[in-house]
Amino acid sequence: MAGEINKGLVLLDYWVSPFGQRCRIALAEKGLSYESSEQELFGAKSELLLRANPVHKKVPVLLHDGRPVAESLVIVQYIDEAFPCTGPALLPADPYARARARFWAAYSDQVFEVGKRVWQLKGEERKQAREEFVRVLKNLDGELGEKPFFGGEAFGFVDLALVPFMPWLPSYERYGEFSVAEVPPRLAAWTRRCGERESVAKSLYPAEKVNEFLAQHKDDYGIE
Amino acid sequence: MSPPVKLIGFFGSPYAHRAEAALCLKGVPYELMLEDLFNAKSELLLKLNPIHKKVPVLIHGDRAISESLVIAEYVDETFEGPPLLPSDPYDRAMARFWAHFIENKFIKPFFMAHWLEEGEVREAFVKEAKELLPLLEEQLKGKRFFGGDAPGYLDIAASMLAPTRMAVQEVTGVALINDDDYPALSQWAREYISNEALKPCMPDKDQLLAYFMKNKEMYKAGVKAMLQK
Repeated sequence: MAGEINKGLVLLDYWVSPFGQRCRIALAEKGLSYESSEQELFGAKSELLLRANPVHKKVPVLLHDGRPVAESLVIVQYIDEAFPCTGPALLPADPYARARARFWAAYSDQVFEVGKRVWQLKGEERKQAREEFVRVLKNLDGELGEKPFFGGEAFGFVDLALVPFMPWLPSYERYGEFSVAEVPPRLAAWTRRCGERESVAKSLYPAEKVNEFLAQHKDDYGIE
Repeated sequence: MSPPVKLIGFFGSPYAHRAEAALCLKGVPYELMLEDLFNAKSELLLKLNPIHKKVPVLIHGDRAISESLVIAEYVDETFEGPPLLPSDPYDRAMARFWAHFIENKFIKPFFMAHWLEEGEVREAFVKEAKELLPLLEEQLKGKRFFGGDAPGYLDIAASMLAPTRMAVQEVTGVALINDDDYPALSQWAREYISNEALKPCMPDKDQLLAYFMKNKEMYKAGVKAMLQK
């Protein structure tokens, strides 16, 4: 494939992991080729994974010439800093813009964290989680505003941090009490816009696939 | 000339301390604005950090930056002074990884182990903290600071294990970090609180102790409430 440069990169990953997808998108945006190593998450974890991430024993982990980097957003920043001359910058150059990017990329984790509570909790607690979930989406929509991407004209750090969670939204509807109609329109448009990028289209799975996955692993995710 | 720097903080907040530590280590003069969090949050705080409504918030001219570790990186990248993060990308990734570990995995069980009443729940957190502490002890590995010879980003991230922890330890009597079990962490904490560059922002030991003594029941009730969530 054109533009690929092999730099001794291996990504320990799991197909539907949104955290792994963040790294896949980043690597694709940079035009970096890598070996994808699909891991077992349910059942025995591989020796490789346990050695590469002894602290958390989770994917994704990026191996660069054998040296492991774990935590999706740490990995993405590492890719950006280790390959400064390869492909576009994932974070902006200006320190204030970088600070805003870091703040919002970290905040995007809340979609997943609060989303889990929408599934797992019941009654009044579920109602509160649902309200918080809507608030999180509203906050993200507010930050996006009228811009094409969170950083402005160019696709970047916050976009790739958040977009992998979007195919999960219909599942929050199905298993929780969230309605996809509640996704703010600008955020919905942004999701479609991101989906038009090859890096995103190749890395994400459609909502139906996510739903199938969750249906098979209800116990693991605390869904009834 | 760079516009003035202000920090919205709170005495006793380990997160606000992180932001002050970053400014001190970088050598950036700043005006400290203290919140009165036991009463109402200020209009300014709510305006500048509408998402989390928390301290610290760094104000640099017309810019407002929230989240202590985001502030630390902003300070590092914006101002001249000794580097807070290492220059090598892999070392930077390691510093960020361990800061994330402290924030997302370590802090909760560690402080739960201090503030909770005796019992099964507390014992579980003590066990968890004891599994995680050796990982941090190993990161110090014969270094004076996590950053090497001088404190840096990871020392800032770990700073609540120095002045805050020492005060909480004394108030609660829980001595998880002690010279016998964790000599490197114990020594690091002493180095941290007596570091020359950090002097301007180091909370006064007696004042901090008095603060936690005074608010002991509130902290204990607070962690109990967190558990029920």
